Amino acid sequence: MKRLKSYNTDPWPARAYGFVMQAVEPFFSALQRRIGIKGMAYIFVAPNLIFFGLFVALPMALNVWYALSGSNRLLIQERPFIGLDNFRDLLDCESFLEVNSCRQDRFWRAVHNSVFFVALQVSVMVLLSVVAALLLNGKIRGRGFFRAVFFFPVLLSPVVVALIWKWTLQPDGLLNALIVWSGGERIAFLHNASWSFFWTVFVSVWSHMGFYTLILLAGLQAIPHELYEAAEIDGTSARRTFWRITMPLLLPTLLVVLILSLIRGVQAFEEVFILTGGGPGTATQYIVQYIYETAFANQVHLLGLAAAASLLVAVALMLLTLMQLRISYHGKDK
Amino acid sequence: MLIKALTRTRQKGSMSLTDWLSYGFLFLGVVLMFGPALWLGASSLKTKTALQEFPPSFLPMGQKEVRVAGRDTALPAYLITQPDGSSRELALSRRIGLVGFFIDPAQPVAEPVQLRMDQARPVREIALAWDNYTEPLERMRFDRFLGNSLFVTITATLLTLLVNSMCAFALSKYSFRGRNAIFVLVLSTLMVPVSVILIPSFLVITSLGLTNSLWGVILPPVATPTGVFLLRQYMLTIPDELIDAARMDGASEWRIYWRIIMPLAVPALAVLGIFSVMWRWNDFLWPLIVLNREEVFTLQLGLASFQGELDTQWHYLLAMTVMTLAPVVLIFLFLQKYITTGIASTGLK
Repeated sequence: MKRLKSYNTDPWPARAYGFVMQAVEPFFSALQRRIGIKGMAYIFVAPNLIFFGLFVALPMALNVWYALSGSNRLLIQERPFIGLDNFRDLLDCESFLEVNSCRQDRFWRAVHNSVFFVALQVSVMVLLSVVAALLLNGKIRGRGFFRAVFFFPVLLSPVVVALIWKWTLQPDGLLNALIVWSGGERIAFLHNASWSFFWTVFVSVWSHMGFYTLILLAGLQAIPHELYEAAEIDGTSARRTFWRITMPLLLPTLLVVLILSLIRGVQAFEEVFILTGGGPGTATQYIVQYIYETAFANQVHLLGLAAAASLLVAVALMLLTLMQLRISYHGKDK
Repeated sequence: MLIKALTRTRQKGSMSLTDWLSYGFLFLGVVLMFGPALWLGASSLKTKTALQEFPPSFLPMGQKEVRVAGRDTALPAYLITQPDGSSRELALSRRIGLVGFFIDPAQPVAEPVQLRMDQARPVREIALAWDNYTEPLERMRFDRFLGNSLFVTITATLLTLLVNSMCAFALSKYSFRGRNAIFVLVLSTLMVPVSVILIPSFLVITSLGLTNSLWGVILPPVATPTGVFLLRQYMLTIPDELIDAARMDGASEWRIYWRIIMPLAVPALAVLGIFSVMWRWNDFLWPLIVLNREEVFTLQLGLASFQGELDTQWHYLLAMTVMTLAPVVLIFLFLQKYITTGIASTGLK
């Protein structure tokens, strides 16, 4: 109870907090007298549920209505019901592998780009994160420094990340200076489709890798030390220790990392949007950018089509999330 | 061999090939991770002309300028090699084609020295262009963007802490009908990223009249499943006896919440607070949709629209980028432990 008395000498944020909370106390006391202690529990969850209902549950339901209705109007009562036409439109392809055979070729271009992007980005990032985590878990000098260095891009905003790299990659930028200095020709990185694709992958690995490294590090540190000591006493080789102890025990974490990065990869938008704007052409236009542009940025706002596309993405993400929950549940069982 | 490199326990004093490999990887990482950011920082202090140089110099260098008595503007300084081999620093007073007229700043009235321009070398010195930072704030509305970002970040974080801690308190310390259902419901929102419900969320915001209002940015993500989860797990560890004792002393439920639970949950609140500050400061996609008028732009939107202009003014843009990333880097430097343990324990960013 000493702690409570010391409020008067507390710094100003604590005093401001106390002042506000005390000021509303009579209201909540009166409320409690009317509805009882049990009722107060509902009062405490109410604000959260209101926000949740208004900004998550309601939009989810509305999204279905958007996907099933036509026209470019935002207000739902002005939108005529057209059934599954939007989905039919999106899925109208002679071959799903040939983008130009689809009615909505921009959608399928974005899907194809996203699939390539996610496949490459996730595999490179998971591999590099594992290597980095293993190294940072070892006894190396300056470990704290290296950990901080690998982690800090995670905290930067996508806009800042994109601008850092846009500045480095521009025709007169640092990278071109290094290329010219070592005797090469300048490259217009962001005006070339293959280079642009490469850099979107590179930049998103750069900015998110630290996050997964950190999770893997936590997974590595959760492996009981006794196992390694026992292996050492038995004279087990480093290779065997790695494949028989480290890898099996890291596997649940690794799977979580894999699926988390898949989920995030599908949603890649912000860095790419600033770095390349989806260009050149549509070479780096990914699925979320397609949804954003179809719904808000193009001349005609095709809200129904965009909503249908976002529902398809939602289904994909939902499957991935369920897989993740299943895996983390299994991991905890063991 | 590779595996050995990755997992070996290293002894002091001996460096084997595998050690070199792993340090190689790490140092390459440092260069790639830090290099571009440092480059951005160094470039942000260069003058507009210095930025156009190719190949660029790493440090913000510019041509030295000297004041000469009797002249209104400063003159560029050149190093001139004299016939006897010695060199002296002169100021370029006038130039006609390839020929320059140089004067000695110490003797402003003496006859100018006439020389071919290729015989003079510009004198370079470190020139820090602090104007890059002050001018966008004074003239280009970046002060406004900064204010908007601060308002959004602070208000949203306070609201997030309040709403989520109330919910977490009820979920961890009361047993009531529907508790588990609510908890599962809250957690299931993890599956619904903002990018999937953009259009209907925009309708909700429009119906509430919150487009082009900072509140339209602040309110929708207030109820974060991450926050509820984090706080609930922490509050479960607070002993129930404290609450029973307080009830016996006649404390109301609200008083128990703000006087007992909240002070004890400060470590978890700090983690959520830091996360919320970073989410909101860095937020881009949702503000991009809600805010269309320049006077309500946040810093991120300001930067994005500024870089999209046809003739990008990089000297200002770089400085404002540094200003935008500075708070986050500072938070990281001082609160690194909270951030990393927060991520490692919840697996959420």
